[in-house]
Amino acid sequence: MRWMWIDRIIEFQPRVRLVSIKNVSMAEEHLHDHFAADTPAQGDRPAMPVMPSSLILEGMAQSAGVLIGHADGFLHKVVLAKINRAEIASDVFAGMTIRHTARIDRLDAMGASTVGTVEAFLPGTDRPGPQRIAEIDLMFSFIDRNMSGMDFPEHNFVFSESFKTLLRMSGIEDPCGTVGQSA
Amino acid sequence: MNRDEIQSKVREILADTLSVDEADIQPTSTLKGDLGAESIDYLDISFQLEKGFGFKIGQNELFPQGVAQDPTYVKDGRVTAEGIAALEERLPHFDFARFKQDPQLSKIHEIFTVDAIVNFVQAKIAAQA
Repeated sequence: MRWMWIDRIIEFQPRVRLVSIKNVSMAEEHLHDHFAADTPAQGDRPAMPVMPSSLILEGMAQSAGVLIGHADGFLHKVVLAKINRAEIASDVFAGMTIRHTARIDRLDAMGASTVGTVEAFLPGTDRPGPQRIAEIDLMFSFIDRNMSGMDFPEHNFVFSESFKTLLRMSGIEDPCGTVGQSA
Repeated sequence: MNRDEIQSKVREILADTLSVDEADIQPTSTLKGDLGAESIDYLDISFQLEKGFGFKIGQNELFPQGVAQDPTYVKDGRVTAEGIAALEERLPHFDFARFKQDPQLSKIHEIFTVDAIVNFVQAKIAAQA
């Protein structure tokens, strides 16, 4: 099972834009081990658990990765190659829904760049959102065509069974039926 | 756009994509050796040049691939005369004089200098005019 950091794709414009959401749950193990630096434990008050920024970034990478992979029918292995910008302004807590919006900035035979925003929703409060909490711009490489000439396994280990489930749950057709195929 | 303006914009783009100070970017600086570029940075630089100057860069036009894997072009770790001729044809605005003196494949990145990128951009803009 791949570590999935998006729950559902809610908007999709092929080759243009993808919007996904993630519901952050206290049941997730990372929240048991990661805490806000500015709210440490004090007396009887426990430290405030927050979602690690790296996982917010991974959610954006998965959202943008699906958008790029879909553009060529998931035929090539799309891997995150560079973080051009990651500015995360606010913490994410359990009970929040975060929304990733990824847009393709550039796409060619070698790879792609994307620009993205992350917004947070916190229902039942006086600030239910959406509040923009992050801007994340990424670069992806089609590693079968990598510039260093390295060889990788033939089967598409990037777009695994978990991505197939995500696409099906989100009502998105796998254009070539290649997602989740094993070697 | 004159050469100084092109050079200024190229330096700005390289400083941003490679996270280096503009002051460290000299015309003779090599992208890999002096400025620390990795393979994905070459794609990033191509994208940023396209955006910054408003032209399209074809695959293999600026950073050609396949030379190192072609046995006609590389023998015993050295780029053959045929390989150098192929590179010169693909990259007419690059200076191969120094590389030709010791054409080790491991030194091929030395042709990718800031000046070479400026030459490339200047030629692309002239071709559009």
